[in-house]
Amino acid sequence: MGITFRKETFRDDFTFRNSPEHIRRFPFPFHEDAYMYAVNIEPHVVGPKGSVLENLIDVDEHYVAEMQDRALVLAEDPLRCQSLPHMTLAGWDLLELLMEQQALGYPEHFTLTRDGDRWRWINRPLGIDDTFTFGDTSTLPYGPMEYITRQSQGDFCILDQRDGNLWMDAGMVTTQADWSLDFDIGMNFFEWHAPVPLAHEKGIFTRALKFLTNIQQGKPARRLNWTMTINPRLDTSPENYHKWGPDRTTVTPENVGDKVHLRVELQSFWRLPRSNGIVFPIRCYLIKMDELVTQPKWARRLHRVIRDLPEELATYKGLTRYRPTLVEWLSRLDDGSVTSPGFGPD
Amino acid sequence: MSTGTTKLDVVVSDVVPVNELVTRFHFRRRDGQMLPTFSGGAHVVVEMRDGDRTRLNPYSLMGSPLDTREYTISVRRDDVGRGGSLFMHRSVKPGLEMVISYPVNLFSLDLRAKKHLMLAGGIGITPFMAQTAQLAGEGGNFELHYTCRTASLGTYADVLRERYDRRIRLYHDDRDERIDLDRLLSTQPLGTHLYVCGPAGMINWARDRAASLGWPSEAVHFEHFAAPQPGLPFDVTLAVSGKTIRVGEQQSLLEAIEAAGVDPPYLCRGGVCGQCETNVISYDGKFIHNDHWLSEEDHRSGCKIMPCVSRFEGRSLVLER
Ligand code: FES
Repeated sequence: MGITFRKETFRDDFTFRNSPEHIRRFPFPFHEDAYMYAVNIEPHVVGPKGSVLENLIDVDEHYVAEMQDRALVLAEDPLRCQSLPHMTLAGWDLLELLMEQQALGYPEHFTLTRDGDRWRWINRPLGIDDTFTFGDTSTLPYGPMEYITRQSQGDFCILDQRDGNLWMDAGMVTTQADWSLDFDIGMNFFEWHAPVPLAHEKGIFTRALKFLTNIQQGKPARRLNWTMTINPRLDTSPENYHKWGPDRTTVTPENVGDKVHLRVELQSFWRLPRSNGIVFPIRCYLIKMDELVTQPKWARRLHRVIRDLPEELATYKGLTRYRPTLVEWLSRLDDGSVTSPGFGPD
Repeated sequence: MSTGTTKLDVVVSDVVPVNELVTRFHFRRRDGQMLPTFSGGAHVVVEMRDGDRTRLNPYSLMGSPLDTREYTISVRRDDVGRGGSLFMHRSVKPGLEMVISYPVNLFSLDLRAKKHLMLAGGIGITPFMAQTAQLAGEGGNFELHYTCRTASLGTYADVLRERYDRRIRLYHDDRDERIDLDRLLSTQPLGTHLYVCGPAGMINWARDRAASLGWPSEAVHFEHFAAPQPGLPFDVTLAVSGKTIRVGEQQSLLEAIEAAGVDPPYLCRGGVCGQCETNVISYDGKFIHNDHWLSEEDHRSGCKIMPCVSRFEGRSLVLER
């Protein structure tokens, strides 16, 4: 049985919703009643059936709508997708990875057939059926990275590894939480992380870089990150701050449940075989408070996490303006009982 | 998380003597599938079951990354080494089932380079076999200078000459031919990257000359072919696992730790990747740091050791493992 893709928007009338099954598979990021910044990296291996980890590259009911939103973003601002000249090979690596994983996980929707360098890619949800020569950019309508990431949910940063560092030298970034590829392109790991507070003791970043430069082929890793977004906007880029920034002043006790969304990023890290680069797919999941609180455990726990979040972190995540309203609203759903350990709903 | 490398089950599909010192080994996947794609300069770690010992030696993949039906490595016999190469030469025959790691690349091409200038010494030619194949497939600009003792020990020199003709320059020690390095380095087009693989002396020479001729260090890449050196036996206490072990003359500290059932991380087993770094809790004696990873200061401090290549002489050593 295939996925039923939703028709929905992430702008203007904001018709984005999660179906009840999708609410239950939401990657809720808090395994206890408090949140502390940590480099919580673990092996990216297949997880339970029905979870977002059932496949290493997840495709869900929002796929088609997200791809349409990406096309709109790119039409307005082509700089959201950039690849420095030496990164084309890494783009082919990524194309192979995404085609393989999507076809493996969702054979009813995607098919990849290879005959040597002659590849045929069928993407039924988007109505694509293309034959091309692997490695020959002239046989695709876009560069390999752009071609495949216009057909894959999430943002993608492709990093070149050299001189013991990682360099953000290519990417497709249209659904980011307030950072900009156009600003970060060509920067190394320390340069693009410069703005993060609290993680500043150099140790954390040095360790993280060491871990990432040692990511091995065949052994991807992952971590979860989270923030909050007002309205189900995928594109909360600095370039468009004037559109989404003011949303934060519109939260009222009446509309919290509908407007405030928990935004979870599942980041995975993969070594690319031909280019020896690293790719970070950053997959964004959104859920509005009304949907989230249908799971009582999540409602209680989120209340405690947001209430007790250190001030600096709340500021960094941009929650300051509406945090009191949100905490007040969530507190009515917190009966004070103990939450069970782990991420899943009860 | 475990940092050990992912493994591949392979069978030796061919063993081909190349010259009096070097033998080539071919591996295919036991399940008949294609092997993982890799990039020029990558190595695999080959597990050798030699009686009750397991040896793990890294070897560069030398086949073309464009063809992954099989992997090939070349092993130079070292009669005074610790025995890994002798095991490969004597005991590894077609049909033998072996386990190797996924490819790891610690010597990758810088794809920004306008030109790739390569210097190989002896068996240091192997990573360049894959790199030249990769670059040739993409129409890349490269030039390889290869020094060997005699023409008959010029492993794959004939193959390279035939494939790439004048892009390959050969130098034979017995004919007193030597790379005119200063001239070579000072006549390269802007944007050239230098790659060196061979004996330590050659690497140091090339790095040194490049630095004094004003080459930026980011444009100079090298791969040490450093096997762990044998030495006097010594005792080590592993504080975390609560074991005391003896490191034999022909064994590396890393191997002794593994033999004791502790599973420490590694990638290169040659003192360059940094994976096996271990804290020293206390010691009474002197370290023989053979690694290229720790800084001079780290070496002097006595706080860290790279067990894949480094040794110790003295009364006691306690490590955090
Ligand atoms: S394993 Fe690479 S430095 Fe020891």
